[in-house]
Formats: sequence, C-alpha cells, structure tokens
Amino acid sequence: VIYLQLYWEFFQIGLFSVGGGLATLPFISAMAQRTGWITQQRIVDMLAVAESTPGAIGVNLATYTGWTLANFFGGVVATLGLITPSIIIIILIARILQTFESHPTVRYTFQALRPGAFGLITVAAVGIMVAVLFPWGSDQIANGFGIDLPRMTLFLIVFFMMLRLKTWHPVWFILFSGLVGYLVF
Amino acid sequence: LNTQLDLFWTFVKIGAGTFGGGYAMLPLLERELVEKRQWITQDNILEYYSVGQSTPGIIAVNVSTFVGYHRSGVFGAIISTLGFVLPSFFIISLLASIINQLDQIPQAQSVLIGIRVGVAALLAQTLLSFSKKSIKDISGLFIFLSVCVVAWFVPISPIWIILGVAVLGGPWYWIRKKLKTHRNTPGPKPPTKNQTNQTQEER
Repeated sequence: VIYLQLYWEFFQIGLFSVGGGLATLPFISAMAQRTGWITQQRIVDMLAVAESTPGAIGVNLATYTGWTLANFFGGVVATLGLITPSIIIIILIARILQTFESHPTVRYTFQALRPGAFGLITVAAVGIMVAVLFPWGSDQIANGFGIDLPRMTLFLIVFFMMLRLKTWHPVWFILFSGLVGYLVF
Repeated sequence: LNTQLDLFWTFVKIGAGTFGGGYAMLPLLERELVEKRQWITQDNILEYYSVGQSTPGIIAVNVSTFVGYHRSGVFGAIISTLGFVLPSFFIISLLASIINQLDQIPQAQSVLIGIRVGVAALLAQTLLSFSKKSIKDISGLFIFLSVCVVAWFVPISPIWIILGVAVLGGPWYWIRKKLKTHRNTPGPKPPTKNQTNQTQEER
C-alpha cells in the first residue's frame, strides 16, 4: 500500500511542479508535513545529496524520499511516479508541437505560473533556512533571539563565498560546510 | 532495437553527467545529441526547452522524453527518460542507505549540521539568482508576493496554489495584453484578486 501511496504522491508532484531544479521542493516539504513520512531535517540532508550528485535535483529528491520510506522499491516507485505525467503529457503534445507553446492560453498561463512557482520555492526554502538557523524554535527568543550564532556565521561565510566564486560547483561548498561542521560543532 | 539501446545508453550518460537540473543538462545535450550523434539540431533543443518549460513536470525529464519521442516514438520516449533517471537512482540509493544510518554516530552529526547550514546558504543563493529570471514585471511581483503570503500562512497544498495562479494569473496576462493593444477601449473586468494590481499597472 505504501508503494501505491508513494506513486500517487509523486505522480501529483510530477503533474503540478513547474520548472526545473528546486521546483519539487515545496511539494515534497508539504507532503512531509501532511503525512509525517519524513522530517524537515531529513529534507535538508536530501537536498545536500541531491545537489552534490549527478542527475536532476527533482529526480534525486524523489528517489531519496522513496528510499527513505520504503528502501529500493520505494525509490523506484517514487521516481516512476514523478516521471509518468511528464511522459504522458509530452507524448500527447509532441504531435502538436508547433502550435502548443505559441498558443496564447499556454503562454499567458505559464507567464503567471513562473513567478507563482518561484513563490512556492521561496517559502519552502525560507522555511528550511529558518529551521536550520533557529534550531531551538521561535519560543526560545530569550536565547539571543533563538539564533544559533556559530551556524549563522558559517551561513554568512558560505553565502558570500558563493557570491564571489560563482563558477564553483555546489558540491565544494557543501563539503566545506561539512568539514567546518566536523571541526566546530 | 539497436536504436533504442543507443538512445537508452546516451541518456544514461547524460543523466550521469548532469549536475543540478534543467539548464545544467543543456551543454551535455548539445555535445551528445547534436555534435556527436547528429540526431537533432540546435534549434530542436531550444524548441524542446521552451516546451519543457511550458508543460508541467521537471524540465530535464520533459526534454529527455521529448528527444526520445522524436527519435523513436512512444517507446523511445519512455526508454530515454528511464535512461536519464537511472544514474540518479543508483547513486542516490547508495548514498541514502549510508546517510540514513549516520544519525547514530555523534561525529557524523556535527558534519551533518555543517552540511545543513551549507545547504541553507545554497538555497539563499539560488533564490537570489532565480529572482531575476522568475519575476519580470509588476504583475509577476504581485503574483510572487501573493503566493508567498498564502503559502506561508495558509496550510494548503501547493497544488491548489498552482491551480489558483493558473486560473487567475493566466487570464490576467491575457487581459493586460488586450489593454496594451487597445489603450482607448476599456478592457473586460479582471478577476478580483488582481484588482489592486490593475490600478498599479495603469498608473
């Protein structure tokens, strides 16, 4: 039953996520909250792996979620669920390719969907950042406003490194953060 | 069958070489499909990308399906997409089985904390670079802000938000276009959600 549920969850994600990269993140994090299948922390670990390994981030996240829940076949089922809608939709529209993307309805809808999808990603990403940088929760305001200072420092250092070293691959920053974590935390 | 095996193997290579998603795949597609195999042209790729963006689903998966379909029909579409996800699959399965065990080891905990902070910084940087590409006009900014407010405060599935944006925002862009082309004739009444937005536009 878990396989069917997993397939259905990821089928919906494949159907409604728009764009590339992190587009699936808001859906996965909403699914995690609703079902309680995975914790927010696990999602962050999954992101680290998904960004540092080959393959599209969305696919990597799906495989990882599936694996965490139901091992090998969970990963298979989640990934297949994610790609099924794409395959069906692309096959259907491949015949009418020339007219599809220039069709006004499609154009206007996706013009609106792009900032919308970005809004969803922003909320999910900010949620993760808050959870990482304010590990004690918002009720611990007395504790220096709940900010974990060492983490905040590392966050700012890595963030500015990224702005300076734009051509570097994310995997280096993640390895660097892991090393600092090992030495400091 | 040889064509299909070739297709499958090509996409296994592309999947193994792509880091990230969407556009990260572009140079590999060009090298493998346009230069080496000459299955498709540069223009085809751009075409697939614009459709891949204008259809639901992950761009990289959409483009893989597209190339496969173009090359050898429905079966080709399935084969190339499966080829594309296969490397992810093995690498992630391997790493997931290791990392999910790490929770028990204290030293690994501190590494993981560092990594989580790194991911947070990576997310911040991604948001920054995305914002320029995703928000192109005032309407876009309005949609972005509305989605942020709704998604942050209302416990609602992102599916409904996406549907809402499509249903309200799509017609809005259509109306705006109409307003721009016929400045003098009053346009039809926009949906209520975009009312405030309209006044901003007309100023």
